[in-house]
Amino acid sequence: MTTQLEKPNPPKDTGQIHQQEHVRRWQDYFTFNTDHKVIGIQYLVTAFVFSVVGGLMAEAIRTELATPDPDFVSPLLYNRLMTMHGTMMIFLAIVPAGAAFANYLIPLMIGAKDMAFPKLNAVAFWMAPPGALLLLVSFLVGAPEAGWTSYPPLSVVSSFWGQVLWILSILLIGTSSILGAINFITTMLKMRIPSMGLHKMPLFCWAMLAVSALIVSSTSVLAGALVLLSFDLIAGTSFFNPAGGGDPVVYQHLFWFYSHPAVYIMVLPFFGLVSEVLPVHARKPVFGYRAIAYSSLLIAFLGLIVWAHHMFTSGTPGWLRMFFMAATMLIAVPTGIKVFGWTATIWGGKIRLNSAMLFGIGFIALFLVGGLSGVMLASATFDLHVHDTYFVVGHFHYVLFGGAVTGIFSAVYHWFPKMTGRMVNETLGRIHFVLTFLGMNLTFLPMHKLGLVGMNRRIAMYDPQLQDLNQLCTAGAYLTAISIIPFVINMLWSINRGEKAGNNPWKALTLEWQTTSPPAIENFDEEPVLWAGPYDYGIDTHKADDSQTVEELLVEVGAEV
Amino acid sequence: MGCLYTKFSPSPPLPLSPSPPPTSKQKITQSPIASHLKEFMQGSTIDESKTVLNYHPPAEVISHHEEHPDHRMFGIYMFLIADTMMFASLFVAFILYKASVINWPPEGSEIELLLPTINTVILVSSSFVMHKGQSALKKNDLSGLQVWFGITALMGALFLGGQAYEYSHAEFGLTANLFASYFYVLTGFHGLHVACGLGLILSVLWRSRQPGHYSAEKHFGVEAAEIYWHFVDVIWIVLFTLVYLLY
Amino acid sequence: MNIPTPIATLIAGIAITLISLWVGQNHGLMPVAASEEALEVDGLFNLMITIATALFILIEGALIISIFKFRKPKGDETDGPPTHGNVPLEIVWTAIPVVIVLVLSIYSFEVYNRMGGLDPMASGGGASTEMADSQQVSPSDSDRSLIAMAPNQGQIALGLGASPENQGKDPALSVDVMGLQYAWIFTYPDTGIVSGELHIPMGQEVKLNITATDVLHAFWMPEFRIKQDAIPGRTAQMRFTATRVGQYPIICAELCGSYHGSMKSQIFVHTPEDYQQWIQEQQIASTDNLEQAVAANPAELSDQEFLAPYGSEMGVDAQTIEHLHASHENITEFSATSN
Ligand code: HEA
Ligand code: HEA
Ligand code: CUA
Ligand SMILES: [Cu+2]
Repeated sequence: MTTQLEKPNPPKDTGQIHQQEHVRRWQDYFTFNTDHKVIGIQYLVTAFVFSVVGGLMAEAIRTELATPDPDFVSPLLYNRLMTMHGTMMIFLAIVPAGAAFANYLIPLMIGAKDMAFPKLNAVAFWMAPPGALLLLVSFLVGAPEAGWTSYPPLSVVSSFWGQVLWILSILLIGTSSILGAINFITTMLKMRIPSMGLHKMPLFCWAMLAVSALIVSSTSVLAGALVLLSFDLIAGTSFFNPAGGGDPVVYQHLFWFYSHPAVYIMVLPFFGLVSEVLPVHARKPVFGYRAIAYSSLLIAFLGLIVWAHHMFTSGTPGWLRMFFMAATMLIAVPTGIKVFGWTATIWGGKIRLNSAMLFGIGFIALFLVGGLSGVMLASATFDLHVHDTYFVVGHFHYVLFGGAVTGIFSAVYHWFPKMTGRMVNETLGRIHFVLTFLGMNLTFLPMHKLGLVGMNRRIAMYDPQLQDLNQLCTAGAYLTAISIIPFVINMLWSINRGEKAGNNPWKALTLEWQTTSPPAIENFDEEPVLWAGPYDYGIDTHKADDSQTVEELLVEVGAEV
Repeated sequence: MGCLYTKFSPSPPLPLSPSPPPTSKQKITQSPIASHLKEFMQGSTIDESKTVLNYHPPAEVISHHEEHPDHRMFGIYMFLIADTMMFASLFVAFILYKASVINWPPEGSEIELLLPTINTVILVSSSFVMHKGQSALKKNDLSGLQVWFGITALMGALFLGGQAYEYSHAEFGLTANLFASYFYVLTGFHGLHVACGLGLILSVLWRSRQPGHYSAEKHFGVEAAEIYWHFVDVIWIVLFTLVYLLY
Repeated sequence: MNIPTPIATLIAGIAITLISLWVGQNHGLMPVAASEEALEVDGLFNLMITIATALFILIEGALIISIFKFRKPKGDETDGPPTHGNVPLEIVWTAIPVVIVLVLSIYSFEVYNRMGGLDPMASGGGASTEMADSQQVSPSDSDRSLIAMAPNQGQIALGLGASPENQGKDPALSVDVMGLQYAWIFTYPDTGIVSGELHIPMGQEVKLNITATDVLHAFWMPEFRIKQDAIPGRTAQMRFTATRVGQYPIICAELCGSYHGSMKSQIFVHTPEDYQQWIQEQQIASTDNLEQAVAANPAELSDQEFLAPYGSEMGVDAQTIEHLHASHENITEFSATSN
């Protein structure tokens, strides 16, 4: 095979002007700006801020659970903290973090100058802060206390104003996420550079295609459920209130029809990002590009038909439980294809074990644990025992923290040079990884055992016999909290002092690395040229022509623009 | 060897030719997508005159109506999918109740059929009327557009009026029973959509006063309003069947 | 992709198998099993742990080996081998999970069926008239805001019915279970006993009719590995057979308010003789006057007990106690009608 290369035009005189006049000022990030990169950063920072708020709530939860008695916070406040922790982490930390990378990377990766609808994009982002504000304000009027699932009848008979604000806030954030998804789909399907066929799209784009499809088809069902819930709450109807003939189980169906897909909305973007990170730092093509690409779509499809596995104990007919059990377990197959594909990608490579890669491999290692416990939960028979226990809490923190959050960190370390033009400090990054990895496992591994022996979730007081394991969890939670410190220091330091990155410090092949770091305002000075598949590493053994290896070309492509 | 990607190579192998390969510029002009980006990305904050990338679309491309990739309609379709799912969730919940509650509909929730049937006829036929408007525009008949859209707007208003009349004469209130609640929430939510559609039609009419705003080639607003109106119409047919005919 | 030598693969395979089999039997994660159902579930769980351990070692092992073996040598700036895929390998790792999940599904289905999960009476296959009338409550209740007894008795909450061999047979004992914020009330329709704890005989099939008065609760007995939501306005059934004498916790597993965490009770599994004795003691204690029986309800005592430590928050509790009160009135009728 010969590799034929095309090199973008050398920059003309405009390069310098560009440097001076089109640099973003910090104020831009606080305005209604339609540049997708600004919006991406806005999402990212928002996500970080709320993950800290949600994380602090988690620390309060763990502090309370260090002892069997409700002595640190009252049981009522505990429920409020727990509800807000779940809601905030899901809707204001992980979902926006996915949107952040989608916004920042999609146009760059497909060689477009911006999203299909830049204004809509900005509108979508600016719906999130008011949503967050509503949620936070609810602490002043009595925060919601019915869990992030807000099951009626409890949610219609407790914390009236808190619940109203919760609904409003979720409706806003949901709308924002639908608008975002419409933008992503349109951009990816319609605005790729002409030479980029669907099968040359980076895997992150495939993942986002699946995510956007899920968002568009399921988010509004949640909206429907919440509209009905708010009528129950405010107007006194009884859609879900048995006191008036309503049926709380219908709410559960509607809620999970969204919220199960939501868990894939929360993890698929990071599947995509990790699929980008691993090949770059293992210096090997991703293993089974098409398999990984299509499995995202399959996961999305299956994700739409398994929702009732959250309701095995609540009143679904027996044969339906069996259907949902089998469908749920099937998701292990496409997910397995990904996990095996990633493992095979790094196997035999030449691994650069930097922070991005550490978190990338940590992602596989931790997500695997959550996935395996997920398949156990999928068995309706076993779920009768562990539903609503800490086994479930352990499961979903492994997929959400071990999966989504670890993926976020991997992506942050990987694209930091692109976003800021500077390298991160690897030592701090590695410390961050080790602390996170230890703390995370210490917090969430014992929870599985706790759940199996009889600790149910959402409780502020528990059986004193379970105290030892709970204290392990609490210690782990503190360690995890500490692990954020090296990360923050690293970011703040590197953004000002980090070594200059150049255009393509990782020698990566996807298009975003063909432009300057940080990218010019409209991304590319020249329309970028697709001269290799996104993961064609290892082609340096093949000469492009007699004099130069692809490798060398790559360096120059990266260095010049 | 197992390389899955065919390499993209429009030009001969490129050993760092100092002059730009002509192909890359050509590609840009060939590509309708790239050349129209600027035009159809709804305003970006960037001052175009200052950007390095000033690919102003060649003027003549604009007139090729068929080719121009206006993604907005695509976006509208996506939005309608989401909206459909919202109605679907309400319908499914309604069906679940209907199937599981024994005395359904509960006593005291008889509904009148005559007025809603008239309303249905009005709404459904308004879709056809509206389509005539768009056809007129396609023939560059602007006043045709205005007339037909005007009639559509009137019919829409009539529909809303009928609905309001029905509400004020219904025998049951919102919280009377489950069926009553559903009746109001479903029709009300649909009515809200009709009102939005009406707003779109009126804004099309308003803008059409300005000469040249809409033409046979340029009519995103008209198209969007129409597809939305059809959507609202289809939803009504389902709703009418479920709530009035099959209840 | 360079697969390690056959010998190494073989040895690794055998080691992984042995380790997982051992772990599957000796994980010690589950509490004691006190019912037939529990033993079956544990068998399933052991299999799942075995499979999970094997997959865990396989993948984490590959990751760890990669980290150590395939590090970039210092100064080496070349890339790894350009392997894009390996179709046979990919087919294998698609097929194996398919087989695993099929096995797990079928096994789970089997156990579920044997536990009675597919009994048509309990799983929605046929209308359950028996359950419909066990929850008749006079309509006058519905104006008591949270007492949720709707006119739609057609809805059943499903649960675990009779196991296939017991289908059609009546259970040896039937107990009505009522969840309310924050206690469980057990009513024995045959004897009129009302209790805050569940007493059952060992070795006999017991059927619980589970419902709630205010919000969702869930009836969970960890040692029996079974759980069922208690839904206001509906009755779910749960049948099981205890195999071990002892005292085990009953836990509310569905968030039901601030004191959800203390909504606990006990199940006592007696030998049949002890059970009869308990019945007699109770019957002496409870006269015909049901009001009195309710007043002496141990459930109320245990409520007070758990509320005592939080005396400072009586603001919340006043409301709670009101609930309790209202519900107890309801229970009177509840048990009266179910007799
Ligand atoms: C990112 C989020 C995320 C992800 C990705 C997942 C992934 C999965 N989840 Fe999880 N889940 C949650 C977030 C997530 N979940 C949350 C938040 C809850 C609780 C909600 C609440 O009640 O508050 C929950 C609860 C939950 C339940 C309900 C438990 C209960 O309440 O009783 C179930 C039950 O089926 C379940 C199953 C699964 C399964 C089968 C997967 C699968 O997708 C996992 C697939 C992955 C693998 C299996 C690993 C890799 C595969 C291989 C290596 C191949 C070989 C493996 C096998 C053949 C086994 N999850
Ligand atoms: C993504 C989701 C997420 C994350 C990250 C976490 C993080 C943590 N969670 Fe939580 N949790 C949930 C989602 C999450 N949780 C949900 C949905 C529930 C269920 C609620 C309910 O029942 O209704 C729950 C419930 C829950 C419980 C059970 C409460 C109960 O049932 O009573 C506990 C108990 O220990 C707990 C603990 C923790 C701890 C100690 C952490 C710590 O690891 C926290 C430390 C935080 C950090 C170290 C910051 C993490 C960084 C990021 C999130 C990304 C950074 C972003 C950028 C860089 C852009 N969580
Ligand atoms: Cu009752 Cu929790
Ligand atoms: Cu799920």
